[in-house]
Amino acid sequence: MENTNLVNIKINGMPLSVPAGISILEAARIAGIEIPTLCFLKDINEIGACRICMVEVVGARSLVTACVFPVAEGMEIYTNTEKVRKSRKTTLELILSTHDKNCLTCVRSGTCELQQLCKEFGVDDADAFKGEVIQYDFDDSAAHMIRNNNKCILCRRCIAACDNQGVSVIGANARGFDTHVSSAFDKDLADVSCISCGQCIVNCPTGAIVEKDDTAKVLEAINDPEKFVIVNTAPSIRATLGEAFGMHIGTNVEGKMVAALRRLGFDKVFDTDFAADLTIMEEATELVERVKNGGVLPMITSCSPGWIKYCEHYYPELIPHLSTCKSPQQMFGATMKTYYAEKMGIDPKNMVVVGIMPCTAKKFETKRADQSAAGVPDVDIALTTRELARMIESAGIYFNHLPDEEFDQPFGESTGAGTIFGATGGVMEAALRTAVKLITGEEAPSPDFEEVRGMKNIKEADYKVGDLDVKVAVASGTKNAKVLMDKIKSGEADYLFIEIMGCPGGCINGGGQPIQHAVVRNFVDLKARRAAALYDDDKKDSKRLSHENTAVQKLYDEYLEKPGSHKAHEVLHTSYVPRKKYN
Amino acid sequence: MLKKISKIPFKGTDEQKAKLDAVIAECAGDKSLLMHVMQEAQEIYGYLPYEVQIMIAEGMDVPLEKVYGVSTFYAQFALSPKGKYNISVCLGTACYVKGSQEVLDKLSEILGIESGECTADGKFSLEACRCIGACGLAPVLTVNDEVYGKLTAKDVPDILKKYGV
Repeated sequence: MENTNLVNIKINGMPLSVPAGISILEAARIAGIEIPTLCFLKDINEIGACRICMVEVVGARSLVTACVFPVAEGMEIYTNTEKVRKSRKTTLELILSTHDKNCLTCVRSGTCELQQLCKEFGVDDADAFKGEVIQYDFDDSAAHMIRNNNKCILCRRCIAACDNQGVSVIGANARGFDTHVSSAFDKDLADVSCISCGQCIVNCPTGAIVEKDDTAKVLEAINDPEKFVIVNTAPSIRATLGEAFGMHIGTNVEGKMVAALRRLGFDKVFDTDFAADLTIMEEATELVERVKNGGVLPMITSCSPGWIKYCEHYYPELIPHLSTCKSPQQMFGATMKTYYAEKMGIDPKNMVVVGIMPCTAKKFETKRADQSAAGVPDVDIALTTRELARMIESAGIYFNHLPDEEFDQPFGESTGAGTIFGATGGVMEAALRTAVKLITGEEAPSPDFEEVRGMKNIKEADYKVGDLDVKVAVASGTKNAKVLMDKIKSGEADYLFIEIMGCPGGCINGGGQPIQHAVVRNFVDLKARRAAALYDDDKKDSKRLSHENTAVQKLYDEYLEKPGSHKAHEVLHTSYVPRKKYN
Repeated sequence: MLKKISKIPFKGTDEQKAKLDAVIAECAGDKSLLMHVMQEAQEIYGYLPYEVQIMIAEGMDVPLEKVYGVSTFYAQFALSPKGKYNISVCLGTACYVKGSQEVLDKLSEILGIESGECTADGKFSLEACRCIGACGLAPVLTVNDEVYGKLTAKDVPDILKKYGV
């Protein structure tokens, strides 16, 4: 960087040169100083509202908010003076004056940013300010989450996250002391067009928004000798679960995860990656058939239930573009309760399929109609990564010291193509690898389709497959999906195939993933680090093409005949329902 | 204070809709005009119910929640319709010290609605207002444009009688 772009400042008396225009928060980080933030989240919520990041700037009339205040030449900043500490402590005490301080039983105890700051700043009088406290009712109307406004600190991160998804069904309503986060006309979340993505949950600094905990149901099933309990883990879980046990972001913990699940008492520990490979067989076949038979194009992926719900609410007219393939979670469950149940001689009614998912919308998905191939729900319970982490903790399993174990067979087999499903572009790449084979009869020259990788909001690529021009687009985050949907509606979209993942960056950044504090997220690209773990896994895999998965091949040979068969449609495909934007 | 959301069914007319559509057509494309459109809509309908806020949200391409957020932030926006007779009790300083809260409470008791609400038959609405500049008559209330002053709670039944209660 050229010198002209640098400014000279002093932080706590220490001189340093930093790029012009960055915030005091960022400059302090360069100086090795952490400034706490409760509302600020880089790129998501930059409103300078919570006042916890106040610092002293020489010559300024009052303390300034480090998160949004830019540095300037000659600026002298103090981050740890008595005045600063007192201000932060008072802010925390004021927040606590209306906060439900039920920390002992709070699911966020230990991961709560407010709790941590209170500890750091020595807030020893939680009742420093006594006054009126509004008691809010819980909103537990939605399938996937509970809002408890008694723990809300009005940081507005959830609102920003919802806006960032282009959904905007929550906001700050009323005024002054009555200000609270809710939906329009204070309707329950289940009565508005929430897509269940859970981005509000992973951005909440406290326990005001949490997923619905289904771990008790899982334990009950495991403890029931009548039940045969099968667990399967989505591709991205191996790349994120370690974070809940203090490991570095992007650590692949597949082996330890399998070991932990076995110790929790599941009868079978399988890999959703198998079902991802199966999804590719069906989806690539569906795409080729749509091309051949003049079906509705572009075809859009259907793996992400948050995205599906978004499409149903906001673009119901584009439902025919959605692939009819069930998501990998549901394909997995459907395969268990039909083929595997038959093979093992187990009544599907006594089989309990549990999915470990990066996603809160998966909880909603298990309850969708047309997801019961064997006459019982394909999947019984969907747990988030966080819920699994809690189960492991409460079972006293010393996760970090577990040996690496292998998935059970036959549905522990997977390919690199299935693994990369967890990151934006992964489904597209996996599908392209197999589509080339389906269309040309030959393998792709390289399994790497680099153009669709990475964390860009929208990615486009053009491939020549045989005589076919395959133009594709990939978007993650429903706000970005909206751009592509509007293009389809206006007739501008000349794509053949579109991949959409509901959460920004894909499942690795799903609403069910471990929560990282703002102090981490403001400086680390969580999405890229987690995705790298999956691509690394893919690279090392001896098999990288879904059609090479022998468990998938056997399933077709013994049960489904071939991809896209009548039987495959009965078991592995589903339908969608137009939903209203306003109820 | 939290605003009361009316449960009275929306009875908007085509004529009202046409008026609002015309306002929106003029302002669409400039989201900074949201407040203006909301004010116009309130002029047309008398309040901003769910159905009207949806029209505004769609027309201005602003999420419904944002419209609702604005409507609950500013005191000028009403979520309940005005009745045929809108009773407005002054809670300004002079009226308040002379006991206007008791007048308001009595009205509330007889009409069965709270401040900010409208009776189910659409006949009466009740609201508290800031100083209307008639402090010499404190405590004071207005029924539409009719002013009643030097009141006590005991006068309330007689006033209401004039309007058919």
